[in-house]
Amino acid sequence: MFAYTLRRLLFAIPTLLVISFIIFALLDLSPGDPTANLPLTIPAEVREQIRVSLGLGEPFHIRYLKWLDQFFVNEPLSLIEDMTGWQFGDGNRLRVISWQTRSPVVDLIRERLPQTLWVVGLAYLVGVLIAVPIGVISAYRQYSWFDQIGTFVSMIGFSVPTFFMGLLLIVIFSVKLQWLPTIYDTNLRVTDLHTFWLQVKQMIMPVTVLALFNASQISRYMRASMLDNLSQDYVRTARAKGLRERSVVLIHVLRNSLIPVVTVIALGVPTIFGGAIITEQIFRVNGLGQLLITGIQGADLPLVQTLTFIFAVLIVLFNLIADVLYGILDPRIRYE
Amino acid sequence: MSDVAAAPQAIDAPERSLWTDVWFQFRHHRGAMVGVVVFAVIVFLVVFGPSIWRIDPSRIDVKARNAWPSIVHPMGTDNIGRDLFAQVLQGGRVSLAVGVTAMLIALFLGTFVGVLAGYFRRLDGPLMRVTDLFLALPLLPLLLVIIMLFRDTLRGMFGPETGIFLLIVFIIGITSWMNTARIVRGDVLALKEREFVLAAKSVGAPARRIVTRHILPNVLSPILVSATLGIASAIITESALSFLGLGFPPDFPTWGRLLFDGANFITLTPARVIWPGLAISLTVLSINFIGDGLRDAFDPRIRGR
Repeated sequence: MFAYTLRRLLFAIPTLLVISFIIFALLDLSPGDPTANLPLTIPAEVREQIRVSLGLGEPFHIRYLKWLDQFFVNEPLSLIEDMTGWQFGDGNRLRVISWQTRSPVVDLIRERLPQTLWVVGLAYLVGVLIAVPIGVISAYRQYSWFDQIGTFVSMIGFSVPTFFMGLLLIVIFSVKLQWLPTIYDTNLRVTDLHTFWLQVKQMIMPVTVLALFNASQISRYMRASMLDNLSQDYVRTARAKGLRERSVVLIHVLRNSLIPVVTVIALGVPTIFGGAIITEQIFRVNGLGQLLITGIQGADLPLVQTLTFIFAVLIVLFNLIADVLYGILDPRIRYE
Repeated sequence: MSDVAAAPQAIDAPERSLWTDVWFQFRHHRGAMVGVVVFAVIVFLVVFGPSIWRIDPSRIDVKARNAWPSIVHPMGTDNIGRDLFAQVLQGGRVSLAVGVTAMLIALFLGTFVGVLAGYFRRLDGPLMRVTDLFLALPLLPLLLVIIMLFRDTLRGMFGPETGIFLLIVFIIGITSWMNTARIVRGDVLALKEREFVLAAKSVGAPARRIVTRHILPNVLSPILVSATLGIASAIITESALSFLGLGFPPDFPTWGRLLFDGANFITLTPARVIWPGLAISLTVLSINFIGDGLRDAFDPRIRGR
């Protein structure tokens, strides 16, 4: 198992390097010029100096290597310094600086991360918690009315795009009924019961939209996986030796059917960061997705490069986690 | 298929090919049949609608702005008085065209990569690494970035509408072929060990002929299923891009663009959000049901029942 994990880990490094190169090269082709928005009265040589000061004077491969150094060495070190108070060297490292705000990109990301984690993370958790029981009951009572409704609802949740679902909820609950706010207020501090209630109210709609979408996908996998297992021989054996139906379904079948579903859940974690871009945009949650959109609209290359690459790292990381989890949960598939 | 046992006696029985069996099974999938009807209606409306409903979608009528649905404007009008129904019909043409074209590109690429990787052992490793690499890319952010970078160049080359159409179709196509490639590769790997391929090889058929005559027709069913799902996801991706303001130019209606423009007027005229959104959702829902039905119909384990 250790060798398997190690090999997967070693495979991840070249993948990440290639992806980082693709992202860097793609963005470097950009015609966007960070000095384009400065006043026209600035003379050409000063403009060139500004470009050099932004690190644009050097050839492509040097800039790429510097960026790698910044991303993999300088930023993690600064992050550790900030969190623990330790000092590494003189603390005067070259950091990835956003062109728009002139502050380190990682600081911007740390500002935005809590909102994304709260809304998206909670939505994913809720989605999984809804999806698993629905999938189990749907499969156990296949073709019953519960199954028919469940499959139909999950088909709708899977097909209706999140941006339409979000707007629909806004029309119903904010415009017509005026129960919930349309805009997510990040400045809200939860101090007492009243502000807590406000926080809950503003989170209901974004979380519902994302949770419904995730739940409908996961419940489809859960149902299919349960159906595959319910017709297996070991289920008949378990019933034949007189186990109660509860333990047959909830212990024998569920545990085996959860194996592929767990990996699907792990694989879905990074995609929710990407998919949440849209939901954050609808409800004006100022999370990572919104940061990316503003970065793209303002042609802020360092910000976009770093964020896109972080999304890529998340995907590779959770692919790895899914593979290792599958190996732990199901010894049959380990490639030793 | 209860007549299987009686089949040897019934020599006069009509010939049953795979496709009649598939159709027979497909007809019994209620959701899929409803999906076919709904999708056919949508395609009909979108293709022939603009020649029946003859209001120009770009005609500005400021006096009738922000109108709620009425007989003159069945879906209301927008903030400068353009008829929403005409815009939805027109936008559907673009959205469906994007969906179908992007799906064809993705399908071609996926089948090509899948067949090459499955049939030629030497190409299998490298091609599958490339597939894994594409699967590890953060697609939505990358799509946004690519559009931002190349929008102006392509607009200059092909004009504002054709340029962005080509760009969107192309990038959706080259970022959604991976699942098709994996499925096709798996099927080809199993097929190429079968006797009829061996027979074709032993009579000296070249690889290209074996692939086109013997392998491809047999992997048609998974390709068809992923084609339907491909249209659905391409339509959603295009609408998502337009919704984020990085798709088609303003005043060029697509369903996503209409939704994006309408979102700012949601309190004033909710119909501007509801109709385009409903159009996207119904299309995607019907296509997904068709895909489900096709998958069941092609699955021999289910078809037997």
